[in-house]
Amino acid sequence: MIRIENIVKTFSGVKILHEVSAEFYAGKTNLIIGQSGSGKTVLLKCIVGLHHPDQGNVFYGDRNYSQANFNVKKEIRKEIGMVFQGSALFTSETIQDNVMFPLNMFGKQTKKEKQIRVDQCLERVGIDGTNLFFPGELSGGMQKRAAIARAIVLNPKYLFCDEPNSGLDPITSLKIDELISDITKEYNITSIINTHDMNSLMQIGENILFLNDGVKAWEGTNKEMFNSDSEVFNSFVFASEIAKILKQKQ
Amino acid sequence: MKIFTHIGQYLLLMGKVFSRPERLRIFLKQVFKEIEIIGMNSLGIVAIVSVFMGAVLTLQVGINFVHPLIPNYLIGLTVRDTMILEFASTIICLILAGKAGSNIASEIGTMRITDQIDALEIMGVNSATHLILPKVIAALLFFPILTLISIILGVAGGIGVSLLTDVVTFYDYVDGLRLFFHPYYILYTMVKMLIYAFIITTVSSYHGYFTNGGALEVGKSSTKAVVYSIIAILVMDLVITQLMLT
Ligand SMILES: Nc1ncnc2c1ncn2[C@@H]1O[C@H](COP(=O)(O)OP(=O)(O)O)[C@@H](O)[C@H]1O
Ligand SMILES: [Mg+2]
Repeated sequence: MIRIENIVKTFSGVKILHEVSAEFYAGKTNLIIGQSGSGKTVLLKCIVGLHHPDQGNVFYGDRNYSQANFNVKKEIRKEIGMVFQGSALFTSETIQDNVMFPLNMFGKQTKKEKQIRVDQCLERVGIDGTNLFFPGELSGGMQKRAAIARAIVLNPKYLFCDEPNSGLDPITSLKIDELISDITKEYNITSIINTHDMNSLMQIGENILFLNDGVKAWEGTNKEMFNSDSEVFNSFVFASEIAKILKQKQ
Repeated sequence: MKIFTHIGQYLLLMGKVFSRPERLRIFLKQVFKEIEIIGMNSLGIVAIVSVFMGAVLTLQVGINFVHPLIPNYLIGLTVRDTMILEFASTIICLILAGKAGSNIASEIGTMRITDQIDALEIMGVNSATHLILPKVIAALLFFPILTLISIILGVAGGIGVSLLTDVVTFYDYVDGLRLFFHPYYILYTMVKMLIYAFIITTVSSYHGYFTNGGALEVGKSSTKAVVYSIIAILVMDLVITQLMLT
């Protein structure tokens, strides 16, 4: 479980996040949603420690990450896997070397065990056999899968995905969503996913945090969202015609 | 004022760079890879420039030293000392700043804007040590070799001229090469080379590491890396020469 308390983040005088508090649960796909520019990426980076919040605390279980010393921080980082918006694979290395990288850095296995683990992960995300390809030789969806494989290779307790669907077609998007959701359940991971994709919301939104201009404006599950009386939330989620029809049907 | 912010940020980055690498084996592998990229791949340009400059220098000195009171062996001596003192370290590094420096800045800059550096940090890897330290070590190890090669090839270019033209005879030229040799000059040029190696790799890494934006900014970082490396090299040339030669 991850808990954030009153996170405030300012960039050169402009307040981007306004006292955001929330809880994210293990074994669930926790979604952070909001318009482009609402602060999703900044919030995610504050949670993982790539940004330092000006104020507030982030708890991993009962460990306060924001106040932790170097060694505790490093321990927590080893429990984190992250999939960046653009995949962030190492472009000069093969898919195999990308996925093996965390093992080489921190793993204590033999070479053979590492190889087995890499193949396992590639198979789990559905791109087995791409070992010797370079990231640039794979499609966007496959790159996302490779990035997920790299993120889970060390059996993380926490998985972060920044817009895993961006730039993907609807079918591939759904598959990536399912993959993340399955992995989350399978290994009881605490997953936090940034998205502005309606399909993702309906499909895997077990715990949704809605950001509006850096302010938490709504939270709940995908079942509850149809009964929301938050105007900003409704106008964001039910913006398209098809979504409006869905809401009326409920 | 901005220059002080840069220097402060640069020093902070250096503090982060010089820490123990996570895994020694991976680190050594990186160093060898960098020796190939920044060192070996520069061999060609260093060789070509050195041979031609040695040849041209010999011609120019030869043409200007036509006076009965100036002994002909001074030609070889002048070429040799010019190559050692200034060419094989400073001039070669001005070229390397353009080649290796822009290469380093654009590589690290691209990693920055595509979140690869953040990905390293998230894994718990010190990205500064992992990316920059191997480049610094590789340059410190390999650049002095480039200096030696440059001296040898520059002098060889002169030998070529002495054989092919009648500006100077081969015997006079080689005579000059062997006269009044100061081993201290070699030390001086090697000290310069080590300092330049450090400047080129760290200044270029710095500009790449703090790239902000997109592909255009990577280009700008790479240009800045070259310009600031060159300025720093010239300033240090002056300082070290004052300290070591006068
Ligand atoms: N490093 C930064 N420096 C300054 N402003 C930033 C930085 N990162 C993000 N911002 C600003 O914060 C706001 C939220 O950005 P972001 O979190 O990326 O939005 P999104 O919800 O689309 O992920 C934007 O207005 C953006 O300009
Ligand atoms: Mg974003």
